[in-house]
Formats: sequence, structure tokens, C-alpha cells
Amino acid sequence: MSTPDPTPLTTDRSKPLSLDDAPVVVAGPGRVKSLSLNILPPLALGTLILAAWYFVSYRLLEENRRFLLEPPHAVLQVGFLDWGNFSEILQGLKSSARVALIGLVIAILMGFTLAIIMSQSKLFERAIFPYMVTLQAIPILAIVPLISFWFGTGQRSRVVVCIIISLFPIIVNTLFGLQSAERGMHDLFTLHSSGRATRLRKLNFPAALPAIFAGLRISAGLSVIGAIVGDFFFGRGDVGIGQLLRKYANNLDGEQLLAAVIMSSVLGVTVFLLFGAIQNRAIGKWYDPNST
Amino acid sequence: MVEVATSAQNIKALSFDNIGMTFPDGTEALTGVDFSVERGEFVTIVGPSGCGKSTLLKIASGLLEQTVGDVEVDRERIGYVFQDATLLHWRTVMGNVELFAELHNIPKSERRRLAAQAIDLVGLNGFENHYPKSLSGGMKMRASLARTLTLSPPVFLFDEPFGAVDEITRERLNEETQLLFQREGFAGLFITHSISEAVFMSTRVLVMSARPGRIVAEFNVPFEYPRQPDLRFNPEFARLSGEVSRELRGSHA
Repeated sequence: MSTPDPTPLTTDRSKPLSLDDAPVVVAGPGRVKSLSLNILPPLALGTLILAAWYFVSYRLLEENRRFLLEPPHAVLQVGFLDWGNFSEILQGLKSSARVALIGLVIAILMGFTLAIIMSQSKLFERAIFPYMVTLQAIPILAIVPLISFWFGTGQRSRVVVCIIISLFPIIVNTLFGLQSAERGMHDLFTLHSSGRATRLRKLNFPAALPAIFAGLRISAGLSVIGAIVGDFFFGRGDVGIGQLLRKYANNLDGEQLLAAVIMSSVLGVTVFLLFGAIQNRAIGKWYDPNST
Repeated sequence: MVEVATSAQNIKALSFDNIGMTFPDGTEALTGVDFSVERGEFVTIVGPSGCGKSTLLKIASGLLEQTVGDVEVDRERIGYVFQDATLLHWRTVMGNVELFAELHNIPKSERRRLAAQAIDLVGLNGFENHYPKSLSGGMKMRASLARTLTLSPPVFLFDEPFGAVDEITRERLNEETQLLFQREGFAGLFITHSISEAVFMSTRVLVMSARPGRIVAEFNVPFEYPRQPDLRFNPEFARLSGEVSRELRGSHA
């Protein structure tokens, strides 16, 4: 019932932004209008935030307490434009990104396997699910000491934190996706007497892709958080962004601390956009988020 | 071909022998359903909502098993078109139309050929590489028909397939379906709410009662195939539709 319509100009952030989404408007006042609609509001808010930031730094804080919130230009100068400082943050980011990626890949493998098993057998689903929820309910900081107990304080422990924190959304979304194929579609496969494997490969799995990607985007973000939290807590081994955050805080290096926080967020956003782009590439052609 | 329709008379393609269906929750959906569809026949069942029409098709196809009676039909290549197009969103029109042949392990080149032929039959040429999300309701239904046509099914079940499309599209699809029927010579069993649709396409119209459903009336439709759109304004057509309608009203009571 849906007919192809030109991609509407949108400020909808629930969809991945990509070149494919770019409105197909060639020129004219419409383009200028959309540009201003998309760019101006965040720009205006950003300016307001910067103004408030300056206000807090210079008006609310006395000079001897200004390290609590250094003004934006100081953060830019010390944290970003000083190559020594900035490269230290970049190194830390690289280390944390690697840990997050390893953890995420392992979580994906484990999550897919468990979800497929659970989708094929109600018995397994019933048996496993409560433990998944339990695992998910443990605050990550509560088991971090236990992890260091068992796996030490090196990189391996950080990876374990990433797995634990990112596993649940992958399992839940994949399982939900595998069970999401419509009844009528299942009837088609039943009528043409397809086996379990065929059904899984040609029906359940492709039908699950949108949900799987939704889970991956959540998990990828969580894995980055896990890598930083793990590194922050264990504080040993290859220096990641977590250890840097702790070091800057201890030394009262306000500019570098803020720069590191901003760059952590940049890493998270990058991962989110990256997975959005992968999703768009993989299923954008056929997936219609507005249909059921 | 009309010849098939006449020469293949009296060969039962699908027969229901005293079918009864009671669901586990105690709902009696069907009782004493007893009729058959011969090769070259296009039989339509009209009946009130919830009278068990769809249940009957599910029993015919084997998706459900009746609690009483026997069904005789070759289920190997049964064609079954659902109310929804049930296209796989992740496949193009071509990919969707190829699906059944694929599930029956027909080699790639052969199923390409079958699919292309079926797409041609339903007039979807040029849309082979479109995904379902960019098709209109009528086009989705055509793709669904094409998918079933690839199997050249001797028996074709239709479960209210044109209920969700607009009136004009529905009439066009009716015309095309009866042309397909004439050309392919399958035995058709069609379910609908629409009397005009029933009389226009069928060789025979059956009226089903409210639940528990059973056949309460039967009308032979004498018009020659291929039927022209103007047939709908023929006085004889109107008279027959009126009779079916009267029976249908009676069956509601």
C-alpha cells in the first residue's frame, strides 16, 4: 500500500544519517530552508550552551576554583591543540576502541548463538532467559571487583566487562527478531514443506535483521562504555581513556579532563553512526521502518 | 483454454467429504461441508464473516486438520493465495516470485524462467527489481499471484485475496484472474464477501451459512469465458447476483 515517495526532509534522529538519506533536492529555496531548519536549531542551542559555560567559568567560579570548569577556549587550547596532550587522549581512545571492538565481536558471536538456540527451542528459551535478565540486572560496578579477581586487571578483564555489558541487547533483539516473521510467511514455508534450517536461513534470519541491527547499535555503544569503565576501574595495563580520565581528575587537569570526556563521547557517537551506516547498507534497500 | 474446461469435466481436483471442524476451545467452525471442485471449474464461496470459509481453505491445504470427514486433493503443488500478499520484505519481486520454486529445489535457471513467465502473466514487467515496500497493494497482490503461478498448480485456493485493494483495482484483478483461470485451466476455489466478484469469475457460487459453516445454496453461472467487464451490467448477471444476495441474507439469520 506504500508507494515510493521522495525521502522526506527529516530531523528524525532515530534513523541513521547517511548520504542515501540526503534529500534529492537539487537547488532552490527549499534546500536553503531545509538546511537552515536542520542546522540552525542545534547551532543556536550550542551557542547558548557555550555562553552558559563561559558564564559559569568566569562569573560563578572564582579564579582559584576555575579548574572545576575551565572555559571552552582553554579546553580547546590545552586539550585539543596541544599535540602532546591530544595525542595522549587519541592513544587512549585507540586502546579503548580496540577493547570495545574485541568485546563486541565476542558478545555478538555469543549472543547470536544463544539467540538461535533459544529461538529453536522453547525449553532452552525458558531455561536461559531468567539468567540473562539476572546478569543484565547486576550493576556493572558490582561485578567489576569479581572480574578482577578471576581475570586479573589486564586487558582481558576489560574485554569481559564489555561482553557482560553488551550481551543482553544482542540476545534480546536477535531473539525478538528471529520470532518476528509473520504467521502468513510461516504458513508459506509450511505449505512448501521446508525444513528447520531452510526456514531459519530464508525466513527467520532475514526477518530478524532490522531488530538485530537495532540491538547492535545499542550494544556497540554499551561496549564502548564498558571498555572505559573497565579501564577506569582496573587502572592497569595498556592505557585507555578510562585511566586517562582518572589521571586527569587526580591531577586536577580540568582542560584535559573535559577534552577526554568530549572525545569519549565522540567515540560513542562514531560507533553509533558507523553501525547506522552498516545497517543502511545492509537493509536500507528493503526495510521500511514505518511498516509493521 | 476453454477446451480444458469442458474436456476435463468430472475429474475431481478437490473434494470435501462431510467436513466438520471444531477447534480445541470448543468453537464449531464447520459442519457437514460436502462438495467438490472439478478440473476446469472455478468455485466461489460467499458467506458472512467468521463463517469458517478461511478455515475450509486451511483444511484443504493441510495447514489445519479437520476433526470430521475427509479431504481429497493433491497437496504436492497446491496453490494458495492468502488475504495478505505475504511477500518477503527483503526480496525483490523477482526473488519473491522465485521463492516456491526455490523451496522445491528447482534449479536456478529454470526457476528464473518460471518466475519471469509468471511476472509476465500478471503484468509486473519492469518491477522485477522492486522491493515490496515500493509496491501498491494491487501490485503486491499480483506478485503474490505470480509466486503461486510458478508452480502451475492444478488446484488454486484464493482466500479473499482482493479484499484490501480499491474497487477499480479489484475489478481489474477479477478480470485478469478469470483470464488466468481460462488460460491455465486450474481448479479454483475462491473465497470472498463480494457477490459481484463471485458471480463475475466463477463457474459456480456456493453460499455458506453463519457459524458453524455449511453450504446452504449453490448457483451455476452460465456465462462464457472470457468474460468482459460489461458483463457486470448484464440483466442476467444482476438477476443471478440478486438471488445469491437473497440466499446470503437468509444465511445471516
